[in-house]
Amino acid sequence: MFSFDLLLDVVVAGILIGGFYAAVSLGITVAFGLLDVVNIAHPAFVILGAYGAYVANSRFGLDPILAGLLGMPVFFLLGMLVYRVYYTSFEKRGEESLRGLVFFFGITFIIEVSLLLQYGVDYRSVEAAYVGETIALGPVDLPFRLAIPFAVAIALTVALHLFLSRTFYGRAVKAVSQDQLALRLMGASPVRIKALAFAIAIATASIAGALLIMIGPVEPSVGREYIGRVFAIAVLGGMGSIGGTLVAALILGVLESLTSTFYGPSWALAVSFGILLLVLAVRPAGLFGR
Amino acid sequence: MTPPVLLDVRGVTKRFGGFQALNAVSLQVFERERFGLIGPNGSGKTTLINCVSGALRNDEGEIRFEGRDITRLPAHQRTRQGIARTFQIPRPFSTMTVLENLCIPAEYAAHARSHGADVAGEAMEILELIGLDAKAGTRAAGLTQIELRKLELARALAVKPKLLISDESMAGLSSAEVDEILAILFALNERGIAIVMIEHIMRAVMRFSQRIVVLDAGERIAEGGPEAILGNAAVEKAYLGE
Amino acid sequence: MGGRALLAVAVALVAVAVALTRVLDNQYYYFAAYVILQYIVLATAWNILGGYTGYVNFGSAAFFAMGAYTSAVLIKAFGAPLPVLVVAGGLVSGLLGLGIGYLTLRLRGVFFAIATLALAVVLQTLIMNWRYVGGSRGIYTIRPAEVPFFANYVELLFVVMLLLALGALATAWWIEHSWVGRGLMAIRDNEEAAECMGVPTLKLKLLATTVSGALMGIAGTPFPYYLTYMEPTSAFNLDYAVNSLAMPMIGGTTTWVGPLVGAVLLGTVQQVATVTISSALNLLIVGVVVVAFVILAPEGIVGLFRRKVGKARA
Repeated sequence: MFSFDLLLDVVVAGILIGGFYAAVSLGITVAFGLLDVVNIAHPAFVILGAYGAYVANSRFGLDPILAGLLGMPVFFLLGMLVYRVYYTSFEKRGEESLRGLVFFFGITFIIEVSLLLQYGVDYRSVEAAYVGETIALGPVDLPFRLAIPFAVAIALTVALHLFLSRTFYGRAVKAVSQDQLALRLMGASPVRIKALAFAIAIATASIAGALLIMIGPVEPSVGREYIGRVFAIAVLGGMGSIGGTLVAALILGVLESLTSTFYGPSWALAVSFGILLLVLAVRPAGLFGR
Repeated sequence: MTPPVLLDVRGVTKRFGGFQALNAVSLQVFERERFGLIGPNGSGKTTLINCVSGALRNDEGEIRFEGRDITRLPAHQRTRQGIARTFQIPRPFSTMTVLENLCIPAEYAAHARSHGADVAGEAMEILELIGLDAKAGTRAAGLTQIELRKLELARALAVKPKLLISDESMAGLSSAEVDEILAILFALNERGIAIVMIEHIMRAVMRFSQRIVVLDAGERIAEGGPEAILGNAAVEKAYLGE
Repeated sequence: MGGRALLAVAVALVAVAVALTRVLDNQYYYFAAYVILQYIVLATAWNILGGYTGYVNFGSAAFFAMGAYTSAVLIKAFGAPLPVLVVAGGLVSGLLGLGIGYLTLRLRGVFFAIATLALAVVLQTLIMNWRYVGGSRGIYTIRPAEVPFFANYVELLFVVMLLLALGALATAWWIEHSWVGRGLMAIRDNEEAAECMGVPTLKLKLLATTVSGALMGIAGTPFPYYLTYMEPTSAFNLDYAVNSLAMPMIGGTTTWVGPLVGAVLLGTVQQVATVTISSALNLLIVGVVVVAFVILAPEGIVGLFRRKVGKARA
């Protein structure tokens, strides 16, 4: 049954979840868009973050968002470690993407199966007082479990954008993809900057994971759906553009929401794949790409 | 009587986003000519070469080879027609031996036009000419810098080109090594190959070239013989500033 | 070993296998051998694109499952015989490979890899929604009652899969020793240089993707008969994606022997291990081993062997 109210709700839900998708994709935008590291394991790190929030929440009663924030330093260090291994094993040797890709695929695998062994296939979720509530904003219903992640995601996006454009290290990250020599002359070591950027990307996975488990229950293989989504967003948004990532994520969110409601939830995944292929075929630079 | 035009570049323009790398550049290279292409860093030399070899597509303009329009052709077909190039930073097939490196262009480019069978034999001949025959069985990954440069030239030669574009083959080499490469290029030209030399090492360019074109900021600013170019005020200004 | 010697070995192997079916009754061995042979095909197929050409396929399961489901459809609709199934499955999966390749191979190798990842997920969704093949509830396939020459259908499948494995190995051997293989390896080593040296890179890449996809599909064509009950999670099992990648990476990616070594070794270990450890732990170990090999021994077991032999000679 079609009604304007329904359409509005669906679009709004799409926007809200699109915001969340942006938070998940930020890590790829930085790692792949700026550093050219094809970290397909990023969604697995997000799932790891989700389970981290789950444990903090179920064991210690911590608010999931707080858990996500507290996890950031841990994920930051983890990101540093992963990048060091990646750099020494692959980038320094000048090996083509093949081995790096396999490396990250292996990591995805290791994370997913470890979680499976530890927590099984059951869906896990978090309890937070505000999650079940809904607020009405004019004709629209905003469920908190979508609205809060949306708000946090936007905050994260803005914070990352400001970091990249206003701070020394942020600008160094942007520069490192374009002119390493100039960076050296400025006194910054390109490898350190890249490690820093990658670590930040992984750190965002901690929060993104916490948001993920707020939106809905999580089990280890959920990450696989997100690989397609995240790269579709990164490519559509034009790789390396934070603003582009946000816009692309919102578009994907709305399209998925519409597809899911009017054609069935199992077709929602086809949307991201379809967008990915379409963009690659027609305009690989994306909407805002260089 | 001037020899026929081999390469005819007409009004080639190339943009990268907002940046104009080449602005309506035109030039001609004659058969068997020794042609120099110079200009300060960032003037568009390698971009022009990429457009000619097919690694990039020019946005406007036309490129003709032996009178045929090759503007739309993919790079590998231009190679088969007889255009060979070396890369500024050598790009060997690292898991293959030196000989195998040459067999690839010999098999794919040269034999598209002449149907011979002894690919390996021809490759060895080229290695002897260039001076790499002792390293024929060595993996490309284990070569020194000058050997890599020679390999680039050897591979380009294996294409059986009519036009060979040498993109800064001498950059970073010692004076003696520069002379080695120069000798090779002269020898190749003797065999009837037109050679376009892109270099910053002025003594090499001046000794080698019969004609020189100078690019600056994507535009052609001068053309002429070595002496004319040396005395040209616009060229001096481009390199040294005002 | 020369081509003729290898052919002789292959014929001998088939003879031995057939003789074995006369003597050995324990069905378990045939089931286990079938799986390992299936992986030989998958690993060999993956390596043509991954090891020779340098383009990673993360969605082997998609191509495998397309072969399996093509079979299932043809069996259900026409009761088609096995040879037809093999050809049809190969065709469909080959076209799938061509399609994905055409859409993404003009861009960087990374995009092809990502597209294969997403492909597997989407195809699984499509199959799950397709009622003709039973959707998520799965489809039953009854093995033919009359089995020519062999005692039962499983033994027939075993020999068929052996033939398919030998065919796949022969394909890889031919490619490796031909101008096609040399061109593919040039693409792997330096694609831009290869293009400038006259190699038609796009055409060769598309060829590799098509052949690789087709072989993977062919590996899946007897699957409905093997399982008799097939549902999407078993056809699209992550095992296939991981193993078809792990086996060549562990065995060695530069030659046709590598995937064979990897498949036999890893496949056997897994068959033995599934009895003792859970399949999840099994996969975890594979993941760790692959990462270790990629970092420490990028040329795989074959590479390590070659280095030892080289040192012994020197």
